Amino acid sequence: MAYDLEFEKPLAELERKIMSLQRKGDRLKPDEHRQLQEAERELRRRSEEIYKNLSSWETVQVARHKDRPYSLDYINLMCEDFFELHGDRSFSDDHAIVAGPAKLGDEHVMLVCHQKGRDMKEKQFRNLGMPHPEGYRKAGRLMQQAEKFGFPVICLIDTPGAFLGLGDEERGQSEAIAANLYLMSRLQVPIIAVVIGEGGSGGALAIGVADRILMLEHSIYTVAMPEASASILWRDKVFAPQAAEAMRISAKELKAIDLIDELIPEPLGGAHHNFSLTADNLKAALLINLAELQMLPVDELLERRYQKFRNIGKFGIAPESLSTAY
Amino acid sequence: MAKEAADPPTTTSSNTPAKSGLPSGNLVVKCTKCKEILIVREWEKNLKVCTRCNFHFKLTAYERIELLVDPESFVELDADIVSVDPLHFVSRTKDEVQAYSSKLDDESKKVGLNEAVVVGHAMIEQLPLSLAIMDFRFIGGSMGSAVGEKITRAIEFGLEKCMPVLIASASGGARMQEGLYSLMQMAKTSAALAKLGEAKIPYFSLLTDPTTGGVTASFAMLGDVILAEPGALVCFTGPRVIEQFMHVKPPEINSEFVLQHGMIDAVVHRRDLRQTLARLMQLFTPGIVQRNSQEFAQQIGESDGLRPGI
Repeated sequence: MAYDLEFEKPLAELERKIMSLQRKGDRLKPDEHRQLQEAERELRRRSEEIYKNLSSWETVQVARHKDRPYSLDYINLMCEDFFELHGDRSFSDDHAIVAGPAKLGDEHVMLVCHQKGRDMKEKQFRNLGMPHPEGYRKAGRLMQQAEKFGFPVICLIDTPGAFLGLGDEERGQSEAIAANLYLMSRLQVPIIAVVIGEGGSGGALAIGVADRILMLEHSIYTVAMPEASASILWRDKVFAPQAAEAMRISAKELKAIDLIDELIPEPLGGAHHNFSLTADNLKAALLINLAELQMLPVDELLERRYQKFRNIGKFGIAPESLSTAY
Repeated sequence: MAKEAADPPTTTSSNTPAKSGLPSGNLVVKCTKCKEILIVREWEKNLKVCTRCNFHFKLTAYERIELLVDPESFVELDADIVSVDPLHFVSRTKDEVQAYSSKLDDESKKVGLNEAVVVGHAMIEQLPLSLAIMDFRFIGGSMGSAVGEKITRAIEFGLEKCMPVLIASASGGARMQEGLYSLMQMAKTSAALAKLGEAKIPYFSLLTDPTTGGVTASFAMLGDVILAEPGALVCFTGPRVIEQFMHVKPPEINSEFVLQHGMIDAVVHRRDLRQTLARLMQLFTPGIVQRNSQEFAQQIGESDGLRPGI
């Protein structure tokens, strides 16, 4: 069933009605035929209405939808000749990050992406899309390789966050993320980052320091997942919906405050309703942005990237300083 | 990324004056770790380190500055930068509704600081440096736009004046109330450090209790040399978040743990920090430091734009 989220209940009902009518096929009576058409129209109208006004928490649910396309789905639909490269050359290979060179249109690019899994087994294999330090080190290694060979870097972001285990602390999760922020801020090739689902915390930013930050229409990008924020702010993750609303984490809200550069439209009802249409939109946005970035000389590219992040933040100037206590 | 609330050191009365040598009212303080009762005067003389178990109490930003730099050499910059409430964030719980903007007011009044970091320049053993010292008391030392901006300015000041940069971290991580703005401060500060690195100017990172979340995963772990005070909580994920999500109680992830796992260079007792930093500055910047200390001494004499903080 295409509509299975809590807020999609009215849509699911309409869909059930349509399906039961459709099953009759040729045996539809004239008034049933009219009912079917009406129901279809109504479904379209209602879903447009619902999807136009998604709250942040509803967007979270779409961004996490079990059928939502993941990085490899897009890569297969957009790119030719993707050659996956493995390992951080130091500890292991992390399956929550897939990376390697590919052809996107006529461009040779380096893809560095989070990868989630769909069924139980794959979820485990991909560690729910939550990378370990070695995943970020693989990402860093391949970004340096992209710089060496002059490939632009394309990062698809889709993670609830970096993994939070004891082993990750032992192997330096913080250092692995910080090192990527440092590296990406001066990498001498264009970088485009696209949040395709969940952009969670430092684990997302670790492949997100880019010249352009794009987001799919129903994706989210946040300083911490709503559950984690709720637990930090109010000591209980049941307040996740409130945290989501308060932090304004949906792509639309982030575009409205200019924290991201561009929204990429999704099909009605979310990316999972039409993989190939979403992939086409994504590819088109990537190619346009790539063409623009490749016009810039390296010095200017890096200075603009620096200024982009340098200027993020809202602060005020106090009329008088309080800190004279010393 | 976590803003962990840690227990403040238990004093017998709530308001110890930040500095004055004389204890006002409370004569004893209980060690957070070993529960030993300590005489305040001795405890302060021992730099707020427990005389019995060596537990390092948290310091305020100004206490740490006094501890680290040459007397009267600190000049505070950008003290007037304050947080705003870009998301109009309101915290609604069963018991109370509080806007972030009013929380900011409360915190400044309570703590007597504009923000969770104090920045400026100073001398250590007559060698100049740019420094950013975090203060955990202000919303758990969390990093929002204002903290990110002040730290970035401190790095850029070092870059411009060609002097080493020291950042002392004490933070629960990113500030939730500023949402994605906070996350992006990690990229902003790291990008500034990358520029500093290109100019081959050394950056020293000092981790103090606690250094967690987005602060650890950005500038704190990017030092050319990373030092930590003994027993400081140093981690990516705070223990409370690990516990709630992994349903296990994690072991102590502290300075000694990260040293053992190769993430930092040294654990240094509070009383040795100043000396250690002076040695490092001399070792890392033979050229820059000597040239600078003379030039800079002149500059300070001439400059009227800089406001002396002491």
